[in-house]
Amino acid sequence: MGELRAYAALFGGRLRSATAYRASFAVELVTNAAGTAIDVATVFVFYRTAAVVGGFTLDEALLMTGITAFAFVLADLTVGNIDQLETYVRTGRLDAVLVRPLAVLPQLVLADLPLRKLMRLAVGLSVLGVALARNDIDWTAGRVLLLVTAPISGAVLFGAIFVLSAATAFWWVDSGKLGHGFTYGGRDFTSYPITVYGSWFRTLFAYGLGFGFVSYQPALTLLGRADPLGLPAWAGYLSPLVALAAVGVAAVVWRSGVRHYRSTGS
Amino acid sequence: MIEMRDLSKTFTVRVKAGRLRREKRTIAAVDGVSLSIGRGEMVGYIGPNGAGKSTTLKMLTGVLTPTSGEVSVCGLRPVPQRTALALRIGVVFGQRSQLWWDLPLRDSFRLLRAVYRVPAAEHEARLRRCCELLDLDGFLDIPVRQLSLGQRMRGELTAALLHGPEVLFLDEPTIGLDVVSKQAVRSFLGELGRTGDVTLVLTTHDLADIERLCHRLVVIDHGRVVHDGTIEQLHARYGSRRRLVADLDSPLPPGFVLPGATMTGTEADGHRVTFTLESITAGAAVAALVTAAQVRDLSVVEPDIEDVVARLYTDGRSAEGRSAEG
Repeated sequence: MGELRAYAALFGGRLRSATAYRASFAVELVTNAAGTAIDVATVFVFYRTAAVVGGFTLDEALLMTGITAFAFVLADLTVGNIDQLETYVRTGRLDAVLVRPLAVLPQLVLADLPLRKLMRLAVGLSVLGVALARNDIDWTAGRVLLLVTAPISGAVLFGAIFVLSAATAFWWVDSGKLGHGFTYGGRDFTSYPITVYGSWFRTLFAYGLGFGFVSYQPALTLLGRADPLGLPAWAGYLSPLVALAAVGVAAVVWRSGVRHYRSTGS
Repeated sequence: MIEMRDLSKTFTVRVKAGRLRREKRTIAAVDGVSLSIGRGEMVGYIGPNGAGKSTTLKMLTGVLTPTSGEVSVCGLRPVPQRTALALRIGVVFGQRSQLWWDLPLRDSFRLLRAVYRVPAAEHEARLRRCCELLDLDGFLDIPVRQLSLGQRMRGELTAALLHGPEVLFLDEPTIGLDVVSKQAVRSFLGELGRTGDVTLVLTTHDLADIERLCHRLVVIDHGRVVHDGTIEQLHARYGSRRRLVADLDSPLPPGFVLPGATMTGTEADGHRVTFTLESITAGAAVAALVTAAQVRDLSVVEPDIEDVVARLYTDGRSAEGRSAEG
Protein backbone atom coordinates (compact mmCIF):
# COMPACT_ATOMS: atom_id res chain seq x y z
CA MET A 1 0.00 0.00 0.00
CA GLY A 2 2.71 2.42 1.05
CA GLU A 3 4.74 1.33 -1.91
CA LEU A 4 1.88 2.00 -4.30
CA ARG A 5 1.59 5.50 -2.89
CA ALA A 6 5.33 5.93 -3.38
CA TYR A 7 5.04 4.94 -7.03
CA ALA A 8 2.04 7.26 -7.45
CA ALA A 9 4.16 10.08 -6.03
CA LEU A 10 6.96 9.28 -8.48
CA PHE A 11 4.43 9.39 -11.30
CA GLY A 12 3.27 12.79 -10.06
CA GLY A 13 6.85 13.98 -9.95
CA ARG A 14 7.37 12.84 -13.52
CA LEU A 15 4.24 14.69 -14.67
CA ARG A 16 5.36 17.90 -13.01
CA SER A 17 8.90 17.57 -14.37
CA ALA A 18 7.58 17.04 -17.90
CA THR A 19 5.37 20.07 -17.70
CA ALA A 20 8.09 22.21 -16.14
CA TYR A 21 8.95 23.25 -19.67
CA ARG A 22 5.42 23.74 -20.89
CA ALA A 23 5.99 25.02 -24.40
CA SER A 24 8.57 22.44 -25.36
CA PHE A 25 6.38 19.67 -23.96
CA ALA A 26 3.46 20.83 -26.10
CA VAL A 27 5.63 20.99 -29.20
CA GLU A 28 6.97 17.51 -28.56
CA LEU A 29 3.48 16.17 -28.06
CA VAL A 30 2.37 17.47 -31.44
CA THR A 31 5.48 16.50 -33.43
CA ASN A 32 5.35 13.06 -31.92
CA ALA A 33 1.75 12.58 -33.01
CA ALA A 34 2.68 13.74 -36.48
CA GLY A 35 5.53 11.23 -36.58
CA THR A 36 3.17 8.41 -35.65
CA ALA A 37 0.64 9.49 -38.26
CA ILE A 38 3.38 9.11 -40.86
CA ASP A 39 4.14 5.60 -39.55
CA VAL A 40 0.52 4.62 -40.01
CA ALA A 41 0.37 6.24 -43.45
CA THR A 42 3.28 4.01 -44.47
CA VAL A 43 1.19 0.94 -43.70
CA PHE A 44 -1.73 2.23 -45.76
CA VAL A 45 0.57 3.09 -48.65
CA PHE A 46 1.95 -0.43 -48.52
CA TYR A 47 -1.54 -1.94 -48.60
CA ARG A 48 -2.57 0.33 -51.47
CA THR A 49 0.10 -1.19 -53.72
CA ALA A 50 -0.90 -4.79 -53.06
CA ALA A 51 -4.32 -6.35 -53.41
CA VAL A 52 -3.56 -9.38 -51.32
CA VAL A 53 -0.95 -9.60 -48.55
CA GLY A 54 0.41 -13.05 -47.83
CA GLY A 55 -2.91 -14.65 -48.68
CA PHE A 56 -5.00 -12.16 -46.68
CA THR A 57 -7.26 -9.38 -47.86
CA LEU A 58 -6.22 -5.85 -47.03
CA ASP A 59 -8.85 -5.52 -44.32
CA GLU A 60 -7.80 -8.77 -42.68
CA ALA A 61 -4.19 -7.71 -42.73
CA LEU A 62 -5.17 -4.33 -41.33
CA LEU A 63 -6.64 -6.07 -38.28
CA MET A 64 -3.17 -7.48 -37.54
CA THR A 65 -1.66 -4.04 -38.02
CA GLY A 66 -4.27 -2.58 -35.65
CA ILE A 67 -3.71 -5.07 -32.85
CA THR A 68 0.04 -4.59 -33.17
CA ALA A 69 -0.22 -0.80 -33.28
CA PHE A 70 -2.32 -0.66 -30.12
CA ALA A 71 -0.24 -3.26 -28.25
CA PHE A 72 3.01 -1.58 -29.18
CA VAL A 73 1.87 1.88 -28.22
CA LEU A 74 0.78 0.59 -24.80
CA ALA A 75 4.23 -0.90 -24.22
CA ASP A 76 6.07 2.08 -25.69
CA LEU A 77 4.14 4.53 -23.50
CA THR A 78 5.07 2.68 -20.34
CA VAL A 79 8.48 1.05 -20.72
CA GLY A 80 9.51 2.54 -24.07
CA ASN A 81 12.19 4.69 -22.46
CA ILE A 82 13.79 1.88 -20.51
CA ASP A 83 16.62 1.94 -23.05
CA GLN A 84 17.77 4.98 -21.06
CA LEU A 85 19.17 2.36 -18.68
CA GLU A 86 22.30 2.44 -20.78
CA THR A 87 22.90 6.05 -19.72
CA TYR A 88 22.20 5.23 -16.08
CA VAL A 89 24.73 2.41 -16.20
CA ARG A 90 27.36 4.33 -18.12
CA THR A 91 27.22 7.39 -15.88
CA GLY A 92 26.66 5.46 -12.65
CA ARG A 93 23.40 7.31 -12.01
CA LEU A 94 21.86 3.94 -11.21
CA ASP A 95 23.54 4.24 -7.80
CA ALA A 96 20.99 6.84 -6.79
CA VAL A 97 18.15 4.55 -7.88
CA LEU A 98 19.56 1.57 -6.00
CA VAL A 99 19.76 3.34 -2.65
CA ARG A 100 16.02 4.01 -2.60
CA PRO A 101 13.62 1.61 -0.89
CA LEU A 102 11.82 0.71 -4.12
CA ALA A 103 12.32 -1.77 -6.95
CA VAL A 104 14.68 -0.58 -9.67
CA LEU A 105 12.58 -1.22 -12.77
CA PRO A 106 9.42 0.67 -11.73
CA GLN A 107 11.55 3.59 -10.56
CA LEU A 108 13.27 3.83 -13.92
CA VAL A 109 10.01 3.37 -15.82
CA LEU A 110 8.36 6.17 -13.85
CA ALA A 111 11.37 8.46 -14.01
CA ASP A 112 11.51 8.33 -17.79
CA LEU A 113 7.87 7.82 -18.71
CA PRO A 114 7.66 8.98 -22.35
CA LEU A 115 4.68 11.25 -21.83
CA ARG A 116 5.28 13.06 -25.07
CA LYS A 117 4.26 9.87 -26.89
CA LEU A 118 0.81 10.16 -25.36
CA MET A 119 -0.90 11.07 -28.64
CA ARG A 120 0.29 7.82 -30.17
CA LEU A 121 -2.28 6.04 -28.04
CA ALA A 122 -5.07 7.73 -30.00
CA VAL A 123 -3.41 6.81 -33.28
CA GLY A 124 -2.94 3.17 -32.25
CA LEU A 125 -6.54 2.91 -31.05
CA SER A 126 -7.95 4.40 -34.21
CA VAL A 127 -6.07 1.99 -36.48
CA LEU A 128 -7.55 -0.88 -34.47
CA GLY A 129 -10.99 0.75 -34.59
CA VAL A 130 -10.88 1.14 -38.38
CA ALA A 131 -9.71 -2.45 -38.78
CA LEU A 132 -12.54 -3.79 -36.61
CA ALA A 133 -15.12 -1.77 -38.51
CA ARG A 134 -13.93 -3.01 -41.90
CA ASN A 135 -14.01 -6.69 -41.01
CA ASP A 136 -17.18 -8.69 -40.60
CA ILE A 137 -16.49 -10.35 -37.26
CA ASP A 138 -18.87 -12.89 -35.76
CA TRP A 139 -18.74 -11.63 -32.15
CA THR A 140 -18.82 -14.33 -29.48
CA ALA A 141 -17.94 -13.97 -25.80
CA GLY A 142 -14.59 -15.62 -26.52
CA ARG A 143 -13.79 -13.20 -29.30
CA VAL A 144 -14.71 -10.15 -27.19
CA LEU A 145 -12.38 -11.47 -24.51
CA LEU A 146 -9.70 -12.00 -27.13
CA LEU A 147 -10.04 -8.41 -28.30
CA VAL A 148 -9.09 -7.32 -24.78
CA THR A 149 -6.43 -9.91 -23.97
CA ALA A 150 -4.61 -9.87 -27.30
CA PRO A 151 -3.46 -6.22 -27.28
CA ILE A 152 -2.65 -6.38 -23.57
CA SER A 153 -0.66 -9.59 -23.95
CA GLY A 154 1.05 -8.11 -26.96
CA ALA A 155 1.91 -5.02 -24.93
CA VAL A 156 3.33 -7.19 -22.15
CA LEU A 157 5.42 -9.16 -24.67
CA PHE A 158 6.74 -5.97 -26.26
CA GLY A 159 7.40 -4.59 -22.77
CA ALA A 160 9.37 -7.70 -21.83
CA ILE A 161 11.42 -7.36 -25.02
CA PHE A 162 12.06 -3.69 -24.25
CA VAL A 163 13.30 -4.66 -20.79
CA LEU A 164 15.37 -7.55 -22.08
CA SER A 165 17.11 -5.50 -24.71
CA ALA A 166 17.72 -2.64 -22.26
CA ALA A 167 19.16 -5.07 -19.70
CA THR A 168 22.01 -5.97 -22.05
CA ALA A 169 23.52 -2.65 -20.92
CA PHE A 170 24.34 -4.27 -17.56
CA TRP A 171 26.86 -6.52 -19.31
CA TRP A 172 27.65 -4.49 -22.34
CA VAL A 173 27.48 -0.80 -21.70
CA ASP A 174 27.70 0.30 -25.31
CA SER A 175 24.92 -2.01 -26.44
CA GLY A 176 23.57 1.03 -28.29
CA LYS A 177 20.56 0.52 -30.50
CA LEU A 178 21.06 -3.22 -30.82
CA GLY A 179 17.85 -3.91 -28.91
CA HIS A 180 15.81 -1.83 -31.34
CA GLY A 181 16.07 -4.67 -33.83
CA PHE A 182 13.89 -6.70 -31.51
CA THR A 183 11.53 -3.98 -30.27
CA TYR A 184 10.82 -1.84 -33.30
CA GLY A 185 11.74 -4.78 -35.50
CA GLY A 186 9.22 -6.92 -33.63
CA ARG A 187 6.55 -4.30 -34.16
CA ASP A 188 7.22 -4.16 -37.88
CA PHE A 189 7.27 -7.96 -38.06
CA THR A 190 3.84 -8.30 -36.47
CA SER A 191 2.30 -5.44 -38.43
CA TYR A 192 1.85 -7.77 -41.41
CA PRO A 193 0.59 -11.35 -41.74
CA ILE A 194 3.55 -13.55 -40.93
CA THR A 195 2.88 -15.56 -44.09
CA VAL A 196 4.75 -12.88 -46.03
CA TYR A 197 8.09 -13.78 -44.44
CA GLY A 198 10.67 -16.38 -45.41
CA SER A 199 10.43 -19.57 -43.47
CA TRP A 200 13.49 -19.70 -41.14
CA PHE A 201 13.14 -16.01 -40.35
CA ARG A 202 9.45 -16.51 -39.66
CA THR A 203 10.06 -19.52 -37.42
CA LEU A 204 12.57 -17.58 -35.35
CA PHE A 205 10.52 -14.42 -34.88
CA ALA A 206 6.99 -15.83 -34.84
CA TYR A 207 7.50 -18.94 -32.72
CA GLY A 208 10.98 -18.56 -31.22
CA LEU A 209 10.45 -15.05 -29.92
CA GLY A 210 6.66 -15.35 -29.75
CA PHE A 211 5.79 -12.46 -32.07
CA GLY A 212 3.36 -14.65 -34.02
CA PHE A 213 1.05 -14.57 -31.01
CA VAL A 214 0.87 -10.79 -30.79
CA SER A 215 -1.48 -10.18 -33.71
CA TYR A 216 -1.35 -12.95 -36.30
CA GLN A 217 -2.86 -15.83 -34.30
CA PRO A 218 -5.43 -13.68 -32.42
CA ALA A 219 -6.52 -12.02 -35.69
CA LEU A 220 -7.08 -15.43 -37.30
CA THR A 221 -9.28 -16.44 -34.39
CA LEU A 222 -11.19 -13.15 -34.48
CA LEU A 223 -11.78 -13.59 -38.20
CA GLY A 224 -12.62 -17.29 -37.86
CA ARG A 225 -9.98 -18.22 -40.44
CA ALA A 226 -7.89 -21.38 -40.41
CA ASP A 227 -4.14 -20.85 -40.09
CA PRO A 228 -2.45 -21.46 -43.46
CA LEU A 229 0.63 -22.35 -41.42
CA GLY A 230 -1.24 -25.10 -39.61
CA LEU A 231 -1.66 -24.03 -35.96
CA PRO A 232 -5.11 -24.89 -34.49
CA ALA A 233 -7.72 -22.18 -33.81
CA TRP A 234 -7.08 -22.10 -30.05
CA ALA A 235 -3.54 -20.85 -30.73
CA GLY A 236 -5.12 -17.40 -30.88
CA TYR A 237 -5.76 -17.60 -27.15
CA LEU A 238 -2.16 -18.45 -26.29
CA SER A 239 -0.85 -14.89 -26.27
CA PRO A 240 -1.18 -14.37 -22.48
CA LEU A 241 0.93 -17.49 -21.90
CA VAL A 242 3.55 -16.36 -24.39
CA ALA A 243 3.60 -12.93 -22.72
CA LEU A 244 3.99 -14.49 -19.27
CA ALA A 245 6.88 -16.63 -20.44
CA ALA A 246 8.58 -13.54 -21.87
CA VAL A 247 8.04 -11.68 -18.59
CA GLY A 248 9.61 -14.60 -16.72
CA VAL A 249 12.71 -14.54 -18.89
CA ALA A 250 12.94 -10.74 -18.70
CA ALA A 251 12.61 -10.81 -14.90
CA VAL A 252 15.41 -13.35 -14.51
CA VAL A 253 17.72 -11.48 -16.86
CA TRP A 254 16.92 -8.12 -15.25
CA ARG A 255 17.62 -9.40 -11.75
CA SER A 256 20.90 -10.92 -12.70
CA GLY A 257 21.73 -7.72 -14.57
CA VAL A 258 21.19 -5.57 -11.48
CA ARG A 259 23.53 -7.89 -9.56
CA HIS A 260 26.05 -7.45 -12.34
CA TYR A 261 25.96 -3.69 -12.17
CA ARG A 262 29.48 -2.32 -11.77
CA SER A 263 28.81 1.34 -11.12
CA THR A 264 31.52 3.84 -11.99
CA GLY A 265 34.26 5.55 -10.09
CA SER A 266 33.29 8.78 -8.43
CA MET B 1 25.97 -1.49 13.27
CA ILE B 2 28.25 -2.29 10.35
CA GLU B 3 30.20 -5.52 10.02
CA MET B 4 32.52 -6.44 7.17
CA ARG B 5 34.44 -9.66 7.13
CA ASP B 6 36.99 -10.37 4.43
CA LEU B 7 34.99 -8.25 2.05
CA SER B 8 36.30 -8.24 -1.51
CA LYS B 9 35.21 -6.94 -4.86
CA THR B 10 37.01 -7.72 -8.07
CA PHE B 11 36.31 -6.34 -11.49
CA THR B 12 37.35 -7.87 -14.75
CA VAL B 13 38.49 -5.35 -17.27
CA ARG B 14 39.56 -5.83 -20.81
CA VAL B 15 42.75 -4.09 -21.67
CA LYS B 16 44.30 -3.61 -25.05
CA ALA B 17 47.12 -6.04 -25.71
CA GLY B 18 48.27 -5.57 -29.24
CA ARG B 19 46.31 -4.22 -32.15
CA LEU B 20 43.23 -6.40 -31.95
CA ARG B 21 43.82 -8.65 -29.02
CA ARG B 22 42.26 -7.76 -25.73
CA GLU B 23 43.28 -9.29 -22.51
CA LYS B 24 41.05 -9.96 -19.55
CA ARG B 25 42.53 -8.77 -16.33
CA THR B 26 41.13 -9.03 -12.84
CA ILE B 27 41.46 -6.05 -10.56
CA ALA B 28 40.74 -6.24 -6.85
CA ALA B 29 39.08 -2.92 -5.99
CA VAL B 30 38.48 -4.07 -2.42
CA ASP B 31 40.69 -6.84 -1.18
CA GLY B 32 39.75 -8.53 2.07
CA VAL B 33 38.49 -5.66 4.21
CA SER B 34 37.36 -6.50 7.74
CA LEU B 35 35.90 -3.70 9.82
CA SER B 36 33.40 -3.31 12.58
CA ILE B 37 31.67 0.00 13.20
CA GLY B 38 29.50 0.55 16.24
CA ARG B 39 26.37 2.65 16.75
CA GLY B 40 27.00 6.38 16.82
CA GLU B 41 30.58 6.16 15.60
CA MET B 42 31.88 8.72 13.14
CA VAL B 43 34.34 7.09 10.81
CA GLY B 44 36.42 8.75 8.15
CA TYR B 45 37.32 6.53 5.27
CA ILE B 46 40.21 7.83 3.22
CA GLY B 47 42.57 6.68 0.55
CA PRO B 48 44.00 7.81 -2.76
CA ASN B 49 41.94 7.74 -5.94
CA GLY B 50 41.04 4.20 -6.86
CA ALA B 51 41.84 2.83 -3.41
CA GLY B 52 38.42 1.23 -3.07
CA LYS B 53 36.61 3.74 -0.85
CA SER B 54 33.57 4.21 -3.03
CA THR B 55 33.44 0.53 -3.89
CA THR B 56 33.27 -0.33 -0.20
CA LEU B 57 30.54 2.22 0.36
CA LYS B 58 28.58 0.84 -2.58
CA MET B 59 28.77 -2.68 -1.16
CA LEU B 60 27.54 -1.38 2.19
CA THR B 61 24.55 0.32 0.59
CA GLY B 62 23.52 -2.58 -1.64
CA VAL B 63 24.56 -0.95 -4.90
CA LEU B 64 27.29 -3.46 -5.66
CA THR B 65 27.32 -7.18 -5.01
CA PRO B 66 30.47 -8.29 -3.14
CA THR B 67 32.63 -10.85 -4.90
CA SER B 68 33.36 -12.58 -1.63
CA GLY B 69 33.21 -12.04 2.10
CA GLU B 70 30.42 -11.02 4.37
CA VAL B 71 28.80 -7.70 5.04
CA SER B 72 25.94 -6.62 7.23
CA VAL B 73 24.49 -3.19 7.92
CA CYS B 74 21.81 -2.67 10.60
CA GLY B 75 21.73 -6.46 10.80
CA LEU B 76 20.70 -6.73 7.14
CA ARG B 77 22.55 -8.06 4.13
CA PRO B 78 22.75 -5.10 1.75
CA VAL B 79 22.11 -6.69 -1.65
CA PRO B 80 19.41 -9.30 -0.91
CA GLN B 81 17.68 -6.95 1.55
CA ARG B 82 18.35 -3.77 -0.37
CA THR B 83 14.96 -2.12 -0.06
CA ALA B 84 14.57 -2.94 3.64
CA LEU B 85 18.02 -1.52 4.28
CA ALA B 86 17.35 1.58 2.18
CA LEU B 87 14.64 2.60 4.64
CA ARG B 88 17.17 2.62 7.48
CA ILE B 89 20.19 4.27 5.88
CA GLY B 90 20.82 7.62 4.28
CA VAL B 91 23.20 8.04 1.39
CA VAL B 92 24.83 11.11 -0.07
CA PHE B 93 26.89 10.36 -3.14
CA GLY B 94 28.41 13.74 -3.93
CA GLN B 95 28.12 13.15 -7.65
CA ARG B 96 24.75 11.38 -7.85
CA SER B 97 21.79 13.51 -7.03
CA GLN B 98 18.76 12.24 -5.14
CA LEU B 99 16.83 15.36 -6.10
CA TRP B 100 14.42 16.01 -8.95
CA TRP B 101 16.33 18.22 -11.32
CA ASP B 102 13.39 20.18 -12.74
CA LEU B 103 11.36 20.57 -9.58
CA PRO B 104 11.72 22.99 -6.67
CA LEU B 105 13.71 21.59 -3.76
CA ARG B 106 10.57 21.55 -1.65
CA ASP B 107 8.88 19.16 -4.11
CA SER B 108 11.81 16.74 -3.97
CA PHE B 109 11.43 16.57 -0.21
CA ARG B 110 7.71 15.95 -0.55
CA LEU B 111 8.31 13.15 -3.05
CA LEU B 112 10.94 11.58 -0.82
CA ARG B 113 8.49 11.58 2.04
CA ALA B 114 6.23 9.36 -0.09
CA VAL B 115 9.13 7.19 -1.27
CA TYR B 116 10.30 6.54 2.29
CA ARG B 117 6.76 6.45 3.73
CA VAL B 118 7.51 8.93 6.52
CA PRO B 119 4.63 10.10 8.75
CA ALA B 120 3.81 13.75 8.06
CA ALA B 121 4.62 15.03 11.57
CA GLU B 122 8.05 13.38 11.64
CA HIS B 123 8.82 14.68 8.16
CA GLU B 124 7.85 18.23 9.14
CA ALA B 125 9.96 18.16 12.29
CA ARG B 126 13.07 16.89 10.52
CA LEU B 127 12.66 19.24 7.60
CA ARG B 128 12.29 22.21 9.93
CA ARG B 129 15.44 21.23 11.79
CA CYS B 130 17.44 20.82 8.59
CA CYS B 131 16.14 24.14 7.25
CA GLU B 132 17.34 25.79 10.43
CA LEU B 133 20.78 24.19 10.57
CA LEU B 134 21.51 24.29 6.85
CA ASP B 135 19.76 27.56 6.13
CA LEU B 136 17.60 26.20 3.32
CA ASP B 137 14.68 28.61 3.56
CA GLY B 138 16.03 31.00 0.94
CA PHE B 139 15.98 28.45 -1.88
CA LEU B 140 13.30 25.87 -1.07
CA ASP B 141 11.17 27.07 -3.97
CA ILE B 142 13.89 27.20 -6.61
CA PRO B 143 14.21 24.31 -9.11
CA VAL B 144 17.19 22.15 -8.26
CA ARG B 145 18.85 22.77 -11.63
CA GLN B 146 19.20 26.44 -10.72
CA LEU B 147 20.82 25.87 -7.33
CA SER B 148 24.50 26.43 -6.72
CA LEU B 149 26.56 23.36 -5.89
CA GLY B 150 26.71 24.35 -2.23
CA GLN B 151 22.95 24.83 -2.04
CA ARG B 152 22.35 21.56 -3.82
CA MET B 153 24.65 19.68 -1.48
CA ARG B 154 22.76 21.08 1.51
CA GLY B 155 19.61 19.85 -0.21
CA GLU B 156 21.14 16.41 -0.72
CA LEU B 157 22.06 16.19 2.95
CA THR B 158 18.52 17.05 3.96
CA ALA B 159 17.15 14.53 1.44
CA ALA B 160 19.29 11.80 2.99
CA LEU B 161 18.10 12.58 6.51
CA LEU B 162 14.37 13.11 6.16
CA HIS B 163 13.55 9.48 6.91
CA GLY B 164 15.65 9.46 10.07
CA PRO B 165 18.33 6.97 9.00
CA GLU B 166 20.38 5.01 11.53
CA VAL B 167 23.47 5.13 9.37
CA LEU B 168 24.51 7.94 7.09
CA PHE B 169 26.96 7.22 4.28
CA LEU B 170 28.62 10.20 2.68
CA ASP B 171 30.78 9.83 -0.39
CA GLU B 172 32.83 13.01 -0.77
CA PRO B 173 30.22 15.33 0.69
CA THR B 174 32.40 18.43 0.43
CA ILE B 175 33.91 17.87 -3.00
CA GLY B 176 33.87 21.00 -5.10
CA LEU B 177 32.32 23.18 -2.39
CA ASP B 178 33.58 26.63 -1.49
CA VAL B 179 34.99 27.29 1.97
CA VAL B 180 31.76 28.65 3.39
CA SER B 181 29.65 25.74 2.19
CA LYS B 182 32.26 23.28 3.43
CA GLN B 183 32.05 24.87 6.84
CA ALA B 184 28.26 24.71 6.80
CA VAL B 185 28.27 21.03 5.83
CA ARG B 186 30.93 20.15 8.39
CA SER B 187 29.32 21.91 11.29
CA PHE B 188 26.00 20.33 10.38
CA LEU B 189 27.54 16.85 10.34
CA GLY B 190 29.34 17.59 13.58
CA GLU B 191 26.06 18.60 15.16
CA LEU B 192 24.47 15.42 13.84
CA GLY B 193 27.27 13.29 15.24
CA ARG B 194 27.10 14.83 18.67
CA THR B 195 23.57 13.55 19.17
CA GLY B 196 24.98 10.01 18.90
CA ASP B 197 21.89 8.60 17.19
CA VAL B 198 23.41 8.41 13.75
CA THR B 199 26.37 6.33 12.69
CA LEU B 200 28.35 8.26 10.15
CA VAL B 201 30.73 6.90 7.54
CA LEU B 202 32.31 9.36 5.20
CA THR B 203 34.86 9.14 2.44
CA THR B 204 36.76 12.23 1.53
CA HIS B 205 39.87 13.67 0.02
CA ASP B 206 39.64 16.66 2.28
CA LEU B 207 41.42 15.75 5.46
CA ALA B 208 40.02 18.79 7.22
CA ASP B 209 36.69 16.96 7.08
CA ILE B 210 38.23 14.12 9.04
CA GLU B 211 40.06 16.30 11.54
CA ARG B 212 36.87 18.20 12.29
CA LEU B 213 34.48 15.28 12.39
CA CYS B 214 35.88 11.83 12.84
CA HIS B 215 37.36 10.18 15.87
CA ARG B 216 38.21 7.15 13.90
CA LEU B 217 40.16 7.08 10.71
CA VAL B 218 40.35 4.15 8.32
CA VAL B 219 42.95 4.45 5.59
CA ILE B 220 42.57 2.16 2.62
CA ASP B 221 45.00 1.67 -0.22
CA HIS B 222 44.89 -0.87 -3.01
CA GLY B 223 41.75 -2.29 -1.50
CA ARG B 224 43.33 -3.06 1.86
CA VAL B 225 43.03 -1.36 5.20
CA VAL B 226 46.42 0.13 6.03
CA HIS B 227 45.38 2.01 9.14
CA ASP B 228 42.43 1.83 11.50
CA GLY B 229 42.48 4.02 14.58
CA THR B 230 42.49 7.58 15.83
CA ILE B 231 44.40 10.38 14.15
CA GLU B 232 46.85 10.43 17.08
CA GLN B 233 47.54 6.74 16.59
CA LEU B 234 48.22 7.41 12.96
CA HIS B 235 50.84 9.98 13.86
CA ALA B 236 52.39 7.70 16.43
CA ARG B 237 52.47 4.70 14.18
CA TYR B 238 53.93 6.36 11.17
CA GLY B 239 56.34 8.30 13.33
CA SER B 240 55.07 11.52 12.00
CA ARG B 241 58.06 13.66 11.44
CA ARG B 242 58.33 16.92 13.27
CA ARG B 243 60.27 19.71 11.65
CA LEU B 244 62.74 22.04 13.24
CA VAL B 245 62.88 25.52 11.74
CA ALA B 246 65.79 27.69 12.77
CA ASP B 247 66.61 31.32 12.00
CA LEU B 248 70.34 31.83 11.95
CA ASP B 249 72.56 34.90 12.17
CA SER B 250 74.88 33.42 9.58
CA PRO B 251 74.46 30.44 7.26
CA LEU B 252 75.60 27.02 8.40
CA PRO B 253 79.14 26.01 7.50
CA PRO B 254 79.24 24.12 4.19
CA GLY B 255 79.07 20.36 4.61
CA PHE B 256 77.18 20.58 7.89
CA VAL B 257 75.31 17.36 8.61
CA LEU B 258 72.83 16.78 11.38
CA PRO B 259 72.80 13.04 12.10
CA GLY B 260 69.31 11.59 12.22
CA ALA B 261 67.76 14.51 10.38
CA THR B 262 67.56 15.77 6.83
CA MET B 263 67.76 19.34 5.74
CA THR B 264 64.56 19.87 3.79
CA GLY B 265 64.77 23.56 3.08
CA THR B 266 66.81 26.72 3.17
CA GLU B 267 65.50 30.21 2.78
CA ALA B 268 66.85 33.74 2.86
CA ASP B 269 70.34 32.78 1.69
CA GLY B 270 70.68 30.13 4.34
CA HIS B 271 69.48 32.35 7.18
CA ARG B 272 66.51 30.08 7.72
CA VAL B 273 66.88 26.31 7.58
CA THR B 274 64.38 23.49 8.03
CA PHE B 275 65.29 20.04 9.24
CA THR B 276 62.98 17.08 9.22
CA LEU B 277 63.68 15.06 12.35
CA GLU B 278 63.91 11.35 11.76
CA SER B 279 65.83 9.55 14.49
CA ILE B 280 66.95 12.49 16.56
CA THR B 281 65.08 14.27 19.31
CA ALA B 282 64.30 17.94 18.99
CA GLY B 283 66.56 18.64 21.96
CA ALA B 284 69.59 16.89 20.48
CA ALA B 285 69.00 18.60 17.16
CA VAL B 286 68.93 22.02 18.81
CA ALA B 287 72.09 21.21 20.75
CA ALA B 288 73.89 20.21 17.55
CA LEU B 289 72.70 23.33 15.74
CA VAL B 290 73.85 25.83 18.34
CA THR B 291 77.37 24.46 18.20
CA ALA B 292 77.48 25.03 14.45
CA ALA B 293 75.90 28.46 14.08
CA GLN B 294 74.41 31.41 15.96
CA VAL B 295 70.73 30.54 16.35
CA ARG B 296 68.38 33.48 16.70
CA ASP B 297 65.05 31.74 16.76
CA LEU B 298 63.76 28.18 16.77
CA SER B 299 60.44 26.49 16.28
CA VAL B 300 59.29 22.90 16.17
CA VAL B 301 56.46 22.29 13.72
CA GLU B 302 54.03 19.47 14.44
CA PRO B 303 53.21 17.26 11.47
CA ASP B 304 49.86 17.73 9.86
CA ILE B 305 47.69 14.91 8.75
CA GLU B 306 48.02 15.72 5.06
CA ASP B 307 51.72 14.97 5.19
CA VAL B 308 51.23 11.76 7.10
CA VAL B 309 48.66 10.49 4.68
CA ALA B 310 50.63 11.56 1.65
CA ARG B 311 53.57 9.57 2.98
CA LEU B 312 51.34 6.63 3.71
CA TYR B 313 50.15 6.61 0.10
CA THR B 314 53.60 6.88 -1.41
CA ASP B 315 54.95 4.16 0.92
CA GLY B 316 52.19 1.88 -0.29
CA ARG B 317 53.09 2.67 -3.90
CA SER B 318 56.79 1.97 -3.47
CA ALA B 319 56.07 -1.23 -1.52
CA GLU B 320 53.97 -2.38 -4.45
CA GLY B 321 56.73 -1.42 -6.86
CA ARG B 322 59.17 -3.57 -4.96
CA SER B 323 56.90 -6.58 -4.85
CA ALA B 324 56.29 -6.26 -8.57
CA GLU B 325 59.99 -6.28 -9.26
CA GLY B 326 60.69 -9.16 -6.89
